[in-house]
Amino acid sequence: MLTIADTRFTSRLFVGTGKFSSSRVMQEAIEASGSQMVTVALRRVDLNNPQDDIMQALDRERIHFLPNTSGARNAEEAIRLARLARAASGTAWLKLEVTPDPRTLLPDPVDTLKATELLVKEGFIVLPYMNADPILALRLQDAGAAAVMPLGSPIGTNQGIKTAMQVEIIIEQARVPVVVDAGIGAPSHAAQAMEMGADAVLVNTAIAVAGDPVRMAHAFKIAVEAGREAFEAGLGRTSKTASASSPATGMLNANLDFIQN
Amino acid sequence: MYTSTDFAKLQQWIARTSDSDVHSVLNKKKADIHDLAALLSPAADKFLPQMAAHSSRITQQRFGRTTQIYAPLYLSNLCTNRCAYCGFSADNTIPRRKLTIDEAEAEARILSERGFQHILLVTGEAPKAVGVDYLEELALRLRDRFAALSIEVQPLEQNEYRRLFKAGITAVAVYQETYDRSIYDQVHLSGKKCDFDYRLDTPARAAAAGMREIGIGALLGLSDWRAEGLALALHLEWLRKHFWQTSFTVSFPRLRPAAGDFEPLVLVSERNLSQLIFALRIFDHDVGLILSTREESRFRDGMVGLGPTRYSAGSCTAPGGYSNPELEGEQFSVGDHRSINEVSNALIAKGFDPVYKDWDKEFQVESL
Repeated sequence: MLTIADTRFTSRLFVGTGKFSSSRVMQEAIEASGSQMVTVALRRVDLNNPQDDIMQALDRERIHFLPNTSGARNAEEAIRLARLARAASGTAWLKLEVTPDPRTLLPDPVDTLKATELLVKEGFIVLPYMNADPILALRLQDAGAAAVMPLGSPIGTNQGIKTAMQVEIIIEQARVPVVVDAGIGAPSHAAQAMEMGADAVLVNTAIAVAGDPVRMAHAFKIAVEAGREAFEAGLGRTSKTASASSPATGMLNANLDFIQN
Repeated sequence: MYTSTDFAKLQQWIARTSDSDVHSVLNKKKADIHDLAALLSPAADKFLPQMAAHSSRITQQRFGRTTQIYAPLYLSNLCTNRCAYCGFSADNTIPRRKLTIDEAEAEARILSERGFQHILLVTGEAPKAVGVDYLEELALRLRDRFAALSIEVQPLEQNEYRRLFKAGITAVAVYQETYDRSIYDQVHLSGKKCDFDYRLDTPARAAAAGMREIGIGALLGLSDWRAEGLALALHLEWLRKHFWQTSFTVSFPRLRPAAGDFEPLVLVSERNLSQLIFALRIFDHDVGLILSTREESRFRDGMVGLGPTRYSAGSCTAPGGYSNPELEGEQFSVGDHRSINEVSNALIAKGFDPVYKDWDKEFQVESL
């Protein structure tokens, strides 16, 4: 089971709340996704207003609320948002997003690390959104991040796991959970991330802008489950040529005649 | 803190392997710990030539056609432990000797003149006689003469490793000897070494102190070598996760004839040792694998490029033995008696470059 900062999750699909046509559709999609972790942009909600429609649509008994700092351009802004969010909502969990370039929304590695270091010291449970840089993942982990969230491709692009080689290294090295975030445009992308050994994926745009967001949410649910099960079962290797299923002919051999006993 | 997996469980895990498991592992891009269990199994033995080819390809891709060369420098055979398998065991009546700093420096000078640039300082466990002060003083004397200084001494505390790092020591080897707790208790009769868990935690303390390279290992001949390999890989995997800036090496010393009347509890053949080396290489592409002069020249020559990356050469395991080859009091008798030049020439004949220098003291920013 997935555990982040001592909290257990049976679902490995995290969902975002932006871009939905209504909070009712969002609520139904979240329900259909089976997700237990939902991220909300702090700039979109009014945490001090009990009537806020996004917050009202979330059943916080069943669903873990993960505020995010989307829109922050630097560490200072992100830290300020984080403190306000904790004061208003009571949660110390935070998806840290520092995106200085409004066009690509790619995360700033330097300020993300800086903010993570400080927020961890202040007791936040920090899940930083990051480019798929293995060394950055290790540095964030060392700084106390509760998980790392490398991107598959730029947010909202639906391009899938373009960073596969780097994400594989991150997964191999990390001792905190790895959540592939951003760019996942189809259930097959989510399954691919899970087959690679990611601990979870975060999906927003692909569900929110689908023809039928509720059915798409369910499609992601089963894709994530399938990908995880395949990973646990141990995938076969790929090959360019056909191979018979009977044992080793044609494999390379080394000469071991020097071995005497 | 690292906790080891129950040894019997590892043995069961390995025993479950079939031929087809091994075959499919050999076709994988990357082997995980489950795949390693298969490669260590009896079923994998018939695939040994294929494993060797696979291991060789990985090794040469990662390390090139090179083999690093080093020599051990035995400083003292004083020891407060009684370990059934070791020539230095406190029970054994061998001539006991601790080199003075000057004597140690004279030994080092001989190694330096023979062409060694990487030496491994070795002692028994006698911290009152051969403690951190002694090692620190010696390191400060030797650091300008060598490119790299490693130690294989009694387990130390993190702050002690820190001191030695600042004095110029960049690598620590500390072998668990056996990951089989019951055998560990059986062969470690008395002394500080009896504490299995303290020793198990030692590589992590050395890494936390900033050491560049940590060597771990298991003595072959004490317990089931297959499960030792798997236990060691689990330890390695944990260390890598926690100390990602550290390099790691692994040794599989097979028990050699030594003072005392200890007979190996299990026999490990060259074929077994080869399987262990190939399996570990297929599991971890980056780990340095050390094959010392415990093994015979024929075997060491045959293994060049197939998995090991570092060879010792011209070794003497008695303190003072380089200045005075007639000296007694060795830890064990070596299997490969060739000089550094003979070993180097054998490597060159196989198309490999013997590498003497692979580090530089100028990397050391923090120093005493």
